[in-house]
This record gives sequence, structure tokens and C-alpha cells, in this order.
Amino acid sequence: MILGSINPAVLLAALMVAATPILLAAIGELVVEKAGVLNLGVEGMMIMGACIGFIVAVNTGSPFIGFIGAALGGMALALLFALLTQALMTNQVASGLALTLFGLGLTALLGQRYVGITPPRTPKLDLGPLSDIPFLGRALFTHDIVVYLSIVLVAAVWWFLKYSRAGMILRAVGENHDAAHALGYHVKRVRVLAIMFGGACAGLGGAYLSLIRVPQWTEGMTVGAGWIALALVVFASWRPWRALAGAYLFGGVVVLQLNLQAAGVRIPVEYLSMSPYLITILVLVIISSGKGRSLDAPGSLNRPFHASS
Amino acid sequence: MIRLEKRKEPSKFWGIANPFLAVALTMLAGGIMFAALGKDPVVAIRLIFFDPIFSETFGSYSRPQLLIKSAPLILIAVGLAIGFKAGIWNIGAEGQYIMGALFGAGVALAFFPQPGWYIFPLMVIAGAFGGFLWAMIPAILKTRFNTNEILVSLLLVYVAERILAAMALGLMRNPDIPGFPGSRDLRRYEAAHNAELFANTGIHWGVVAALVAVILAYVMMTRHMLGFHVQLAGQAPRAARFGGVSPARLVVICLGISGALAGLAGMFEVSGPGGQVRIEFASGYGFTAIIVAFLGRLNPVGIVLAGLLLGLTYIGGELSQMMLQIPGAAIQVFQGMLLFFLLALDFQTNYRIRLTQGERA
Repeated sequence: MILGSINPAVLLAALMVAATPILLAAIGELVVEKAGVLNLGVEGMMIMGACIGFIVAVNTGSPFIGFIGAALGGMALALLFALLTQALMTNQVASGLALTLFGLGLTALLGQRYVGITPPRTPKLDLGPLSDIPFLGRALFTHDIVVYLSIVLVAAVWWFLKYSRAGMILRAVGENHDAAHALGYHVKRVRVLAIMFGGACAGLGGAYLSLIRVPQWTEGMTVGAGWIALALVVFASWRPWRALAGAYLFGGVVVLQLNLQAAGVRIPVEYLSMSPYLITILVLVIISSGKGRSLDAPGSLNRPFHASS
Repeated sequence: MIRLEKRKEPSKFWGIANPFLAVALTMLAGGIMFAALGKDPVVAIRLIFFDPIFSETFGSYSRPQLLIKSAPLILIAVGLAIGFKAGIWNIGAEGQYIMGALFGAGVALAFFPQPGWYIFPLMVIAGAFGGFLWAMIPAILKTRFNTNEILVSLLLVYVAERILAAMALGLMRNPDIPGFPGSRDLRRYEAAHNAELFANTGIHWGVVAALVAVILAYVMMTRHMLGFHVQLAGQAPRAARFGGVSPARLVVICLGISGALAGLAGMFEVSGPGGQVRIEFASGYGFTAIIVAFLGRLNPVGIVLAGLLLGLTYIGGELSQMMLQIPGAAIQVFQGMLLFFLLALDFQTNYRIRLTQGERA
């Protein structure tokens, strides 16, 4: 059987790699939405990160600096979104779309001379004896540092939202911005910071694609990863650990699909490669039909805030 | 002390002035971008916005192109605008456009090489139906399961792109030229060809359809009950519900109309200017149409002007690529900037800048 030829440890390892870019983007967007802002520009910020990260890494020879550049690139685009939606009170849906269209165009322009180049390799993290553990060692402890960073980030966001004072203010702003404002919290400042964090995370996710997962730069290479990350936030019901579970589930689908392609299943590649999108839609349907109307979405999500006094 | 004050009513003046201002600012910012790319900004801007129409040398080629590029944009944007007005966000028009093209081409290829006057009308129906069907997926998921229509319609674009590739490589491939992807050229199959109606004008059936759609949409939005319901649902959803407007029905209608129109656009493109089902058939019209809808203020007449302008940037983009070696992606940046500026300027439609003295009240 075809599936028999797939090594489960390798599969698990590949799954984590496949999940990391969307996990990074999703955890950032989760914080943004928890603050009551819907930024549909994740795809644009991701491709920006992929492009800037790639350019910086190639020119400096250091993937590490590349990732920093990617985070800054994503953040720069996010700042533009913050300026529009927070200062100029524009429609969040339209602004997010504009961000995606602009990001796709700008990166196609910026990255033009970088097509076909191989970026500097990101080393695997040496975990010594851990990686020699049978099965688990191969599956869990043979990754680059970004994979672990993404998990640490999930834990950090979880802790931040649940236990820190700043996290509680952020949630208050997202649940009811009028009440938060009345209590003296700076609604806009909190939201701008959250949007910047989301941009940096999306940028990192994009750079993970161009520097490690693929690794190459091609125009529009995120092919919907940002939108899948957005769906993931809904799937996770705005809970960090569920976002992790969802990302790995999704990573599993992607890897399985790629393995089936490689194993030469008699289904055309085009049909196999649409499965991640179909699964995402399916999961969205299941999640949104399951629990009444509210879905646990933050109360002020996608509602503009303007202090009247 | 500067502060923003919400206007009681959106300013009519800025509502109309802003699109023009946004275009001017985009030209300015675009000029800076071209200068940064090492090109003469004045020449580049002229090449994109003026030369396609007024130049002696390119005019004869590019003037007909204007309608060819603008028609699908207008056709799609008119449908999208109805939904946007009601607060229903179909952003997957690109996918509906592809499915319309596939359905239309499918009918043509099924009849090949038979002649028959009825083939083209059948293709039109099939194209509209294809787009409609594809838009019904987010519509039904939204009404039945409350699934977010933005995400579903967008994700379906990627699915449609893969179906397009599968068709171009498989079922619809031209059997006469083995080894090459792509279907038969519909322009060489008379019964299915969406030919120019008047020589050298660029006017084909898609242009006619766009015009009809604009008029119908205008009548619907201003004279018909449905148009009133759409506006009401967008501006005061609660009042609309009390007034007996069914949100579910509105979702189905808005997505259905925009899907069918996008499907039509795809069908007219594949049977005319596009010519055949190819992997790279989709050219982003479905996304650009979102910008057209906003730039046209979601108003059918405004959309005609906005569609012509963005159609112009497509042709101007090709020209500048040819003449100045400006990368094609620059036009995408241009379009993105245009939407940014428009959204940013719109704050003065809804807010007034007040200079107040001393402390805040």
C-alpha cells in the first residue's frame, strides 16, 4: 500500500514544518482580533515577510537577520493598516484587502531580481542526545529554531492573554471598547500595538516559507497561507493552544497530500493540491455551525472605535 | 489641539471629490516609485494614463483594448458593489470568474465542431450559471451554518485556480495538439466566438453585457424594492430585520448576482479576448474589480468611470513594460496604492477636522 511507505516519524517532522508558517501568522492575528481588530491583510503581511526576509538573508548571508527583517517588513505594512483603521477610521475589511493587494504587488516588484536564488541555509538546532531518541527524536527534535520559537510564542501569548495585566487590558479593549475607554485605557494605543505584533508574526511566518520551507522566492508564493491563518483563528475560537492544534492538523493534511503526490497516486496533482483549502472550508463550516451564533468572538471585533469626547 | 468630529451625515462633496483626489495622489506616489526604480516619472505616468488613448503611435492598438480590459472589471464590480452595500463581502469574484469561463468553454467544447446559432447563447447561460453556482457555496454555507463568507469565497479562488489547471491539462485540453496544455482556441470556432461587433472598437458582447448590467443595477438600486432593502441592510441591519428583510435571502441574492456577473465576465473573456482555457487564464480581474467597486463609490455610474480608469492602467502597464522596462508588478502596486489613498481620504467624508483651543472638553 502507498501509505505503508511513509515513515510516521518523518511525517510528524514534516507536519511541524508545514504548520509553522501558518501557526506564526495565526497566533499574531489571534492577538490582533482579541484586541477587537480584524486585519484581513495577513496574506499581504506574510508575503512581505517572505520577500523582505529573503532579500535581507541573501544580502547579509544570515537567515537570522533575515527573520528580523521579515518581522520588521510585516510590521511596517501592519503600521500602514493601523494608520488607516485607527487614525483615519477606515473600514477594516476594505483596508485589510487593500493591504493584501498592495503587499502582493509590492513584493512582486521588490523580489524581481531574487527569483531563482538559493537563500543561506538555516541550521537545525542541535539538541544533542534528544535527537537520538528513537522515533520521537526524529519527529520532534530535529528542527530549526523557528519551529520551537513558534511553540514558545503560542505559550507566551496564552500566558499573556490569560494571566498578565496587559493581556487583560487587551482583552477588555477587544470585548467592549467603550467600557475599556471609560475605565481609562488607551483603546487605540493597545490596538496599534496589537496590530504591529500581528504584522511581525505574519512576517516571520512568511519568511519561514521563503527561507526554510520552500526555500526560494517566487512571486505570490504564500498562495493563500495568510487566509488559511485567518480561518485558523476562527477554528481556534480565539484560543492559542487550539490554534496550535489546528495548525498541526492542517500541516498534517498538507504533508499527507504531498506524500500522496510523491507516491504517485492516480489522482491529478491539481486535485490533491486543492485539499488544504477544501479542508479549511470544511473545518470552518463545522466550527461555525457547532456553537450557536457567537463563536466566542471578541465583542468589539471589526467595530471601529471613535472616542466622542 | 486637533481633533476629529464625526459628521452627522457623510459629506456629499468629499464623497465625489475623493476618488479624483486619490487618483492624483496615486500618480504622485507612483511617480516617486518610478523615480526610485530609475525611470523618468513624467514619461512613465504619461505612458500609463494618457498615451494609451491619445498617442498617435499606440492609440490605434490600445484604444480598442480599453473596452476589452474595462468590460470585465465593470461587469464584476457592479455585482460586487451591490453586496458591499449590503455588508456582504464576496471577495472571491476571481474564482467565480474562472468557473464562468470553464462552464462557458465547456459548452463550446462539447458542441465542437458543430455550427449553430444557439451555441453562443447557451454558453452565456452556462457562464452565468457557473459563476452563480460557485458563489452559492459561500452563500449557502453562510445562511445554513453561519460560516464567514469572506474566508470561504476567497479560499474558493485557490480551488478554482486548481480546477482551471486540471481542466487545461486534462479534460479540456486540445486533443489535436498533444503534449501542450490549453484548450482549443474558441476564436477559431465560429459558433462559439465572442467576436468584435464593430471592427477595431473592442466592443464585444461582454461590453454590451457590462452596459446592460450597469443600467439594470442602477434601476434596481434606485427604483426597486430590492435595492432599498440592500441599502437598508447595509446601513441599519436591525431596522432592516424589523422591516421584514430576510438577511439570508439577501445573502443569497447578493452573492448570486455578483457570482453570475463574474461568471459572465469570465465566459466573455474565454470566448473572446482570452480565446482558450489556459493555466494562466485568470489575470486578477476579480481582485481589481474590488478596487473598481470602491473607487466607483459602489455606484453603477461611478463604477463605469472607475472601470475605465483601471482598464487604462492595465494597458498603460503593458505599454510601460514594453517601452520603459517597468516591471508589470508596478501596476499592481499602483492599484493597491489607489485603494489606500481612497480609503484614507474617506475619513473626511465621515469626519470633520476641528481645531479646538485649550483643553479638551
